[in-house]
Amino acid sequence: MVLNKIVKLGGEVLQSAVPLKNKSQRCASHFVYSPDSNSTIKGDRTKMNMFQAINNALDTALKTDPKAIIFGEDVGFGGVFRCTLDLQKKYGKQRVFNTPLCEQGIAGFGIGAAVAGSTAIAEIQFADYIFPAFDQLVNEAAKYRYRSGNLFDCGKLTVRSPCGAVGHGALYHSQSPEAYFAHTPGLKVVVPRGPIKAKGLLLSCIRDPDPCLIFEPKVLYRMAVEEVPTDDYQLPIGKADILINGSDLTMIGWGTQVHVLKEVADLLKEKHSISAEVIDLVSILPWDVDTVCKSASKTGRVLVAHEAPLTSGFGAEIAATIQENCFLKLSAPVVRVTGPDTPFPHVFEPFYLPTKWRCLDEALKLIDY
Amino acid sequence: MLPSCVRSMCKKSPKKILGLMGRQGSIVAQKGSTVAQAQFETQPFKLHKLTEAPATQVTLTRDEALEMYTQMHTIRRMETAAANLYKEKNIRGFCHLYSGQEAVAVGFKHALRPQDSVITAYRAHGWTYVMGVKPLGVMAELTGRQTGCARGKGGSMHMYADNFYGGNGIVGAQVPLGVGIAFAAKYKNTDGVCVTLYGDGAANQGQVFESYNIAKLWNLPCIFVCENNGYGMGTSTVRSSASTKYYTRGDYVPGIWVDGMDVLAVREAAKFAIKHCATGQGPIVMEAQTYRYSGHSMSDPGTSYRTREEVQEVRQTRDPIASLKEKIISSNLVTAEEIKKVDAQIKTDIDTATEQAKKDKEIGLDELSADITANHLGSDIRGVSIFAPLKHKRIGPAINLK
Ligand SMILES: Cc1ncc(C[n+]2csc(CCOP(=O)(O)OP(=O)(O)O)c2C)c(N)n1
Ligand SMILES: [Mg+2]
Repeated sequence: MVLNKIVKLGGEVLQSAVPLKNKSQRCASHFVYSPDSNSTIKGDRTKMNMFQAINNALDTALKTDPKAIIFGEDVGFGGVFRCTLDLQKKYGKQRVFNTPLCEQGIAGFGIGAAVAGSTAIAEIQFADYIFPAFDQLVNEAAKYRYRSGNLFDCGKLTVRSPCGAVGHGALYHSQSPEAYFAHTPGLKVVVPRGPIKAKGLLLSCIRDPDPCLIFEPKVLYRMAVEEVPTDDYQLPIGKADILINGSDLTMIGWGTQVHVLKEVADLLKEKHSISAEVIDLVSILPWDVDTVCKSASKTGRVLVAHEAPLTSGFGAEIAATIQENCFLKLSAPVVRVTGPDTPFPHVFEPFYLPTKWRCLDEALKLIDY
Repeated sequence: MLPSCVRSMCKKSPKKILGLMGRQGSIVAQKGSTVAQAQFETQPFKLHKLTEAPATQVTLTRDEALEMYTQMHTIRRMETAAANLYKEKNIRGFCHLYSGQEAVAVGFKHALRPQDSVITAYRAHGWTYVMGVKPLGVMAELTGRQTGCARGKGGSMHMYADNFYGGNGIVGAQVPLGVGIAFAAKYKNTDGVCVTLYGDGAANQGQVFESYNIAKLWNLPCIFVCENNGYGMGTSTVRSSASTKYYTRGDYVPGIWVDGMDVLAVREAAKFAIKHCATGQGPIVMEAQTYRYSGHSMSDPGTSYRTREEVQEVRQTRDPIASLKEKIISSNLVTAEEIKKVDAQIKTDIDTATEQAKKDKEIGLDELSADITANHLGSDIRGVSIFAPLKHKRIGPAINLK
């Protein structure tokens, strides 16, 4: 069967699995984006890519909430990914403004503004640059409510930040830091898979009474295009989406990885008559234990995939929870397909990513276990 | 205090003064149709909590002139080649060009002693070259080949050499490191200083101020150099900084401002700062006012937050290479023919390096898991594809452990 062939061919398959004519050049993307087909939100729709949908959500937030402000490095011009395009023109420099280059300051300023009543929407230019703000988010934002006995909170803080691989980002424009923050009670962390989710989740984050982080997979900003509802709407934080129903195994991912898994599910179905369920976790903290465990109990086989490294990646939490809740229903150990325990590499990105070939191979092994 | 005659001179256009001084320059020895050395007048330096300033009258020898010109022009060519490589998609990662800022690296290089160190941010190509890496080492690092100075593992933002600690992607993060490097120099009694570079945007990171304090508190030989090129990405200095007098922002740390488009002025300021540090007077902050011609990185056309005219004007009136060239030719330090020859040689060298950088091999996949730790406990690296399980490997030896 194909599995054996793949394993035998080893490196060769991997080479051919790299979607490049010349592997030493920059590569475009390692997956095919698939838009949401069955979104049930009512009302008019407009074609938008993900940065436009985010822009639309921010516009909605500024329009509906006079206390809302947006700030970050270069957001006045639209930001490096154009998410805040024209918002300064529309709402003025009082509400949409550039900050100096100082992430710790941006986060701290946002916390202060939020605790005093502003709806503070901060942009950290790349998720790789959120670490100078890590202390403020983990020690200040997350614990404000708890440590004050609920006298004060900074729930009106939302931090947006682009994350993940883009094909050529190398060490400091590619990382996915969601797991670091998932380790922090008091925060909420979400990752959208496309424009419709991005708009709805962002509006939920902005209006949620807790400090929220939204990591936006930057590769989707332009590539992901959907018919996005133009009305004001919110999508639930903490709720996973079952994108493909299946019975033989469950595959879980978030952000970009969801699209990889959808491709894998197609391959499994077409080439191997295997029925895979695909779940977009959507929300990392809190996460939807119910949906995941129900699916795991149904299929008995679970694969979790993410771009961040294996050790202590969020897949570890999911695997541990599944074995705890579904032990007797499992037919195989939960498998994780992730970035390896190396820094995000400069020249080896295609080998680093949990591509559809790696996921497919692990899925087949899971079935054969 | 500056003599008032110098101050009034500098009110005239610098070009005129410099041409004049060049022609008046003391002629020490004839060499064909050229002179062995000449004197020039730089713009005055601005001082913060300093009583003495570097001399504004500087002597330049013919050899120095040629070397400076060659180095600056090589950097310019290298950056042009890098831009093309990027457009041809031969460069991954991000790519930040140093064009326009050459006088800072080259001026400093001419003041540095072997025991001195340098650390900078991601705009590192020019610095890497002056710190001893050949153009191929830079170009091949950009294209991710094993002939790159970091074996292709770092890319544009992460280049290294002896006494050159990189190449740092996180804005501001290199500044406290520079203070640590300066501490080590003091502790080991090497008499070395550490030149710690950052941009006008980075100047607003909190760690920079933590660094000033530590360096002053412990009297460390650290030269903080703010390469003020007017912008941090799309944000101009006035929009990012409450005080744009970057040389005064160390408060209790003495500071000096230098025209970063004049390689001679930079050299003098650098010598002065090194002496300051090396004679136990503690740290100093230097602002080198310069300009970046290209966009912030290759994805920034560099025209949405400034006008084309602004860039053009700097190119025409303050270009560090053109002005050096004019000075050294008009003072007969070198001839126009010699410059032409140098230009031709640089073109050939960079073209060759560029071609080579496209052709050279990448490191093997086994290096994906190399040099993560010094001493990997365990066998395979977790999470690497079953297609090619990888063991941890050391490539080394590390320069800093020599
Ligand atoms: C911590 C961090 N935040 C943001 C960035 C993105 N970024 C890279 S360079 C840069 C501007 C820096 O400007 P400046 O310090 O003036 O240096 P220049 O680029 O002008 O050399 C920004 C915002 C980063 N690399 N690291
Ligand atoms: Mg700058």
